[in-house]
Amino acid sequence: MTTTTGTFTPDPGAAPLGRMIAAQTALETKMLLRNGEQLLLTVVIPTLLLVLFSAVDVVDVGELHGQKRVDFLAPGMLALAVLSTAFTGQAIATGFERRYGVLKRLGATPLPRWGLMVAKTGCVLVVEALQVALLTAIAFSLGWSPHGNPLAVVLLLVLGTAAFSGLGLLMAGTLRAEATLAAANLVFVLLLVGGGVIVPLDKFPGGVEAVLNLTPIAALSDGLRDVLQHGASMPWADAGILVVWAVLGLGLAARFFRWE
Amino acid sequence: MDSPQPAVEIVGLVKTYGDKTAVDGLGLTVERGSVTAVLGPNGAGKTTTIEVCEGYRRADGGTVRVLGLDPAVDGERLRPRVGVMLQSGGVYAGARAEEMLRHVAKLHANPLDVPMLVERLGLGSCGRTTYRRLSGGQQQRLALALAVVGRPELVFLDEPTAGLDPQARRATWDLVGDLRADGVTVVLTTHFMDEAEQLADDVHIVDRGRVIASGSPEALCRDGAENSLRFAGPPGLDLTAMVAALPEGAKAFEVARGSYRVEGDIDPQLLATVTSWCAQHGVMPEKLTVERRTLEDVFLELTGRELRA
Repeated sequence: MTTTTGTFTPDPGAAPLGRMIAAQTALETKMLLRNGEQLLLTVVIPTLLLVLFSAVDVVDVGELHGQKRVDFLAPGMLALAVLSTAFTGQAIATGFERRYGVLKRLGATPLPRWGLMVAKTGCVLVVEALQVALLTAIAFSLGWSPHGNPLAVVLLLVLGTAAFSGLGLLMAGTLRAEATLAAANLVFVLLLVGGGVIVPLDKFPGGVEAVLNLTPIAALSDGLRDVLQHGASMPWADAGILVVWAVLGLGLAARFFRWE
Repeated sequence: MDSPQPAVEIVGLVKTYGDKTAVDGLGLTVERGSVTAVLGPNGAGKTTTIEVCEGYRRADGGTVRVLGLDPAVDGERLRPRVGVMLQSGGVYAGARAEEMLRHVAKLHANPLDVPMLVERLGLGSCGRTTYRRLSGGQQQRLALALAVVGRPELVFLDEPTAGLDPQARRATWDLVGDLRADGVTVVLTTHFMDEAEQLADDVHIVDRGRVIASGSPEALCRDGAENSLRFAGPPGLDLTAMVAALPEGAKAFEVARGSYRVEGDIDPQLLATVTSWCAQHGVMPEKLTVERRTLEDVFLELTGRELRA
């Protein structure tokens, strides 16, 4: 046996789990923030919509009862931020990672698959925190006066993240990357218009409104508005809808996600 | 030896996709510390076999042991110990080469020095270019670097030099040589016979999902068929006297007009017999060459088909 140590002499071993997940979260976040299209979706669009529709009276935001337009719009933009990052952004990024063998290659490293999923969630939460900070700052500058319990807001955002992540990963793990790209953007636009984000749902006919109310984006924007605009303590019905979507989406994703 | 089991042991591996049988009873053994080439045309089942060893696919039949473990069950224990180079892809489109290498290094306890590896494989020229804009050769070299950065005991390289220019190919060969010298077991697939001949201690020729021949490149080229000696001369020479002087079993004939071939165990004695016959008959043997069989010849003889499909 040789006793000298060469450059490549085997010395295998996994890094500590926490370090692996932290490194993976950092890399995923860096990749997302470097991607121009993703930034357009997660930062530019919600910011523009918030500023534009707060300043200009182009959408009828319903009875304001002495409140400002931003009081209606800000909660919707927070919901949109979650939709853009947890669903659209994550679906597209993961779909292409699957297509280009990134998920497969990472599967050969010591990082376990569940660790990769934890890192992806961590990345989504980091980006959402940045979005919330940015949108909140802009909303305050537009005269926003939020009410309610911040914990209820955080809980709703977390439930929304879980629901949208499940649906986004389900899409990314089952469809072709190009189909995911198209579908995730389409769903983003449809939910933006029909999910109570900028257009109040009571503008839709009764039957349509009832269905739209069950979408995760409507539950999230409505729940956030109940708290932030109307000062409700905890909108349990909306939280319940989000829980159902989260269980459904994450369950189906866990069952049907294909890694390559 | 401190490691009694082979690095890889495959017995009767079967893998089917739908009604297509990709691997059909394949068996091979890889000794620790060796470089083993799995050689065969496209579609022979090389990649499928490697991917079963890497834990990506489950065998439909037979047994596979990697470092003594079952890759389908013990993936978590195997992954830190095994380096993997995929045929293509595997890197974030927006990641830079060194960034990705540093990342995979962070997933290991005792990784190689990243700047050293960047230097060794000429990845410094990639700079801040993102993966999607790297050349095919740069992507290949990065994939190789990713396979070895965690200081694995065993690396699987799936067509490591496909699409490389000669210089990059040489750098890859040198790295494989250094891995072997430092005790890393290397399993590589290729459809270049010169690569297998240059690098491998053992070669397994795979065709239609089975191993059809195994051995060292020298043994494979020596066994079975003979080597030959060729020369050119005036057309229509009468070779009867030469054949009579040759050892038993050797043959001499005119392959094409003015082109002659002597087949048999080509040794100095036989060469002397041929040249002395030439001297006696006033024949100048032009372009006299002794031809060693190549793995390509071996493959052709075994299958009747070209290796590079």
